[in-house]
Amino acid sequence: MLQITNLLKAAFKSIQKNKMRSMLTALGIIIGVAAVIVMVAIGKGASARIQAQITSLGTDLLMIRPSFSNRGGVNMGAGSFNRLTFEDVEKIKEQATLVKAISPMVRSGGQVIGGGKNWSTSINGVASEYLYIRSYELQSGEMFTERDERSSKKVAVLGKTVAEELFGDQDPVGEQLRINNTPFTVIGVLKEKGQSGMGGDQDDVILAPAKTVLYRLKGGQYIDMIYVSAISKDQIYAAQQELTTIMRAAHRLQEGEDNDFDIRNQADIIDMASATTKTLTILLGSIAAVSLIVGGIGIMNIMLVSVTERTREIGIRLAVGARSSDILTQFLSESIVLSLVGGIIGTLLAFVVTFVMRKFTSFTPQIYPATVILAFSFSAIVGVFFGFYPARKAAMLNPIEALRYE
Amino acid sequence: MDKIIETKNLTKTYLMGDVAVHALRGIDLSVAPGEFLAIMGASGSGKSTLMNLIGCLDQPTSGDYFLDGKNVNVLSKNEYADIRNQKIGFVFQGFNLLSRTSALENVELPLFYDRTRRVENPKQAAIDALERVGLRDRTDHEPSQLSGGQQQRVAIARALVTQPSLILADEPTGNLDTKTSIDIMAVLQDLNAQGITIILVTHENDISQYAKRIVTMRDGLIREDNLVENWRNAKEDLVNFNGVEE
Ligand SMILES: Nc1ncnc2c1ncn2[C@@H]1O[C@H](COP(=O)(O)OP(=O)(O)OP(=O)(O)O)[C@@H](O)[C@H]1O
Ligand SMILES: [Mg+2]
Repeated sequence: MLQITNLLKAAFKSIQKNKMRSMLTALGIIIGVAAVIVMVAIGKGASARIQAQITSLGTDLLMIRPSFSNRGGVNMGAGSFNRLTFEDVEKIKEQATLVKAISPMVRSGGQVIGGGKNWSTSINGVASEYLYIRSYELQSGEMFTERDERSSKKVAVLGKTVAEELFGDQDPVGEQLRINNTPFTVIGVLKEKGQSGMGGDQDDVILAPAKTVLYRLKGGQYIDMIYVSAISKDQIYAAQQELTTIMRAAHRLQEGEDNDFDIRNQADIIDMASATTKTLTILLGSIAAVSLIVGGIGIMNIMLVSVTERTREIGIRLAVGARSSDILTQFLSESIVLSLVGGIIGTLLAFVVTFVMRKFTSFTPQIYPATVILAFSFSAIVGVFFGFYPARKAAMLNPIEALRYE
Repeated sequence: MDKIIETKNLTKTYLMGDVAVHALRGIDLSVAPGEFLAIMGASGSGKSTLMNLIGCLDQPTSGDYFLDGKNVNVLSKNEYADIRNQKIGFVFQGFNLLSRTSALENVELPLFYDRTRRVENPKQAAIDALERVGLRDRTDHEPSQLSGGQQQRVAIARALVTQPSLILADEPTGNLDTKTSIDIMAVLQDLNAQGITIILVTHENDISQYAKRIVTMRDGLIREDNLVENWRNAKEDLVNFNGVEE
C-alpha cells in the first residue's frame, strides 16, 4: 500500500486543480449533511420541549378516561363508551389510599359575555383540587369550595387570558358573566401559566364546578375525565393499580372483561408524545437523507466525468508503474476527501443555521454529537459508495489505450 | 553474452470484430545491456506494438519474452506494473506529462509508486534527474511553460528517476524540430554512455544514425538488423549545427 498521507496529499492536489468544480460537487454533500443535521435537530428540539412541558404538568399525575372497547362483546351504541360518572369520583375518594387529590373534568365551551365584551373559550368543569393537580395558582379572589360544587353554584374562576380579554386591567372578581346565557359570578382569577406542551394557551380557560358545567351548560350525565394526583411519584404505578381495582369494582366488571376505562400516567403520555416526535424526526431526517444521496450521485457524476477527462493521466500513471489498485485508491480517496470536506462544511453550516433559527424563530433545534457523527459517517459512506464505481472504471483502464486517448 | 532482452517468436494479434490484425508475426530479438537500438519501419509495421510488449504495457498473443533472463509472460498484472516502475523508463512522442503539474512533481511521479522505497529523498532524486537532462533551473515550471524540447527532457528525467536499466523511447523526436531532435538524441546518447540500454523507435533516417544498431520492421516481422559502424555523435553535430546557424 502507498502511504495514506501521500494519497491524501495527491487527492487534495487534484481537487485543488479543479477548485470550482470540486466546490460545486461538495455543495451537494454540504447541503445534504447540513439538512440532515438541522432536520434531526429540529425534531429533537421539539421533542425535548414537549417532554419538558409535559413533565411540568406534574409527574404524579394520572388521568382516567373512558375506553372505547365494547363491554362483554355487546355494542352499546353510540356514546355508550362515555362511562365515567361522579359516582366513580366518589368511590375513588372513599376507597383510594394512594391518592392525594382528585378532580373530575367536564369539558365544555362557549360564548362568554362580560365586562361589555364577548369571548369564546373553553369551560372546564372541575373540583377545587384541580388547582393543586395542575399546579395553577390564584392571582386574585378565591377558588370555589366543595360546598359550591355540591350545590352546583354558578361561580367561575377565570384564566388570565379570559380575564384580560373581557375586563382588561380591571380586577373581575365579583363581576357578572354570561356563559351561553347562563349567569355566573366571577370569584377568582388564575395566575398566568403560558403555553402547554401541545401549543395551546393554558390561560384561555374558565374553571367552574363540575356539576354546574355538566348540568347547567353541557347536559348529560357523564364526565369526560378524572384527574388524580398520586401521593408520590414513586407510588404512581401502585396508585394506577389501585385505581384500576376500584374502577373495575365500581363498573361491576367481571373477571376476563376488558376495562371500559383507561388510566394513563405521565410516563405514558411522555412516551406517546416522544413516539410522535420520534416519527417526525425520522421523517424529517429521511427527507434530508435523500438530499445527501442526491449529493452522492453528484459526486459519482463528477468523478465519472473526471475519469474520462483524466484518461491520459491515468495512462501515464500506469506507464510509470502504478498498479490498478493504486488508481482505484487514488480516485476513491478523491471522492472520500470531497465528501468529508463537504461533511465538515455541512456540519458547520448546520451549526450556523440552528443558531440563527434559535435566535429568530420559535424552533428550538438541538444538535447532538450522535447526529453529527451519524451525518458525518453517512457522508463518508456516500463518498465510498458513489466514488467506487468511477474509481473502478479508472482502475480497469488499459494503459496503452489510456495513453493514446485524446 | 548476457541479454537484457530476448524475445522468442513473439506475436501479437488484435481482434477487430471478426477481422484479426496481425501486428506482430513472430519477433526474435536479442538486446545486450548497453546497446542503443533504433527500430525503424513503415507506419503500421508493428514498431509501437513491439515497444509496448518490451515495456510490459501489454502481453503478447504468443511467444516468450525474457527480461533480464526472466520470463515475464507468467507474471501478474501487479508484477508488470512493478517492472515498469523499477526496470523501464518510457519516453513518448507526445511527452505525456501531467498538465498543471510542475516539472519536479512530474519527475517525482514514478517514485510515488515505488514500493521498494529505495529512494530515500524522492524530491532530491527528481532534482538530480532534472539536472542530468539540463533542466535544473526549470523545476517549478509547468509543461505549458516549457518548450517541446524541454518537455521531452522532463519526460526523460522522469524515465531516469528510478534508475532503470532500460529506456524505451517511441518516436521521442516526432514532435520536435531538427535541432531539438539532435539535442534530445544527445541526452539519450549521454545516458547510453552511462550504461543505460536504449531502444528508440523512429521514422527518420537521420535520427537512427545516432543509434549503434538499427532494426528494420515490415508487416510485423524484423527484416533487417544491422550494426552501425560509425554512429554519429549528437553533441558534435549540435556544435556544428549551431555553427551553421550563426
Ligand atoms: N489496439 C489496437 N487494436 C487493433 N489494431 C491495432 C491496435 N494497435 C495497433 N493495431 C494495428 O497493429 C498494427 C501495428 O500498429 P503499430 O502501432 O504497432 O504500428 P507502428 O509501426 O507503430 O506505426 P506508426 O509508425 O504509424 O506509429 C497496425 O496495423 C495497427 O492498425
Ligand atoms: Mg507507432
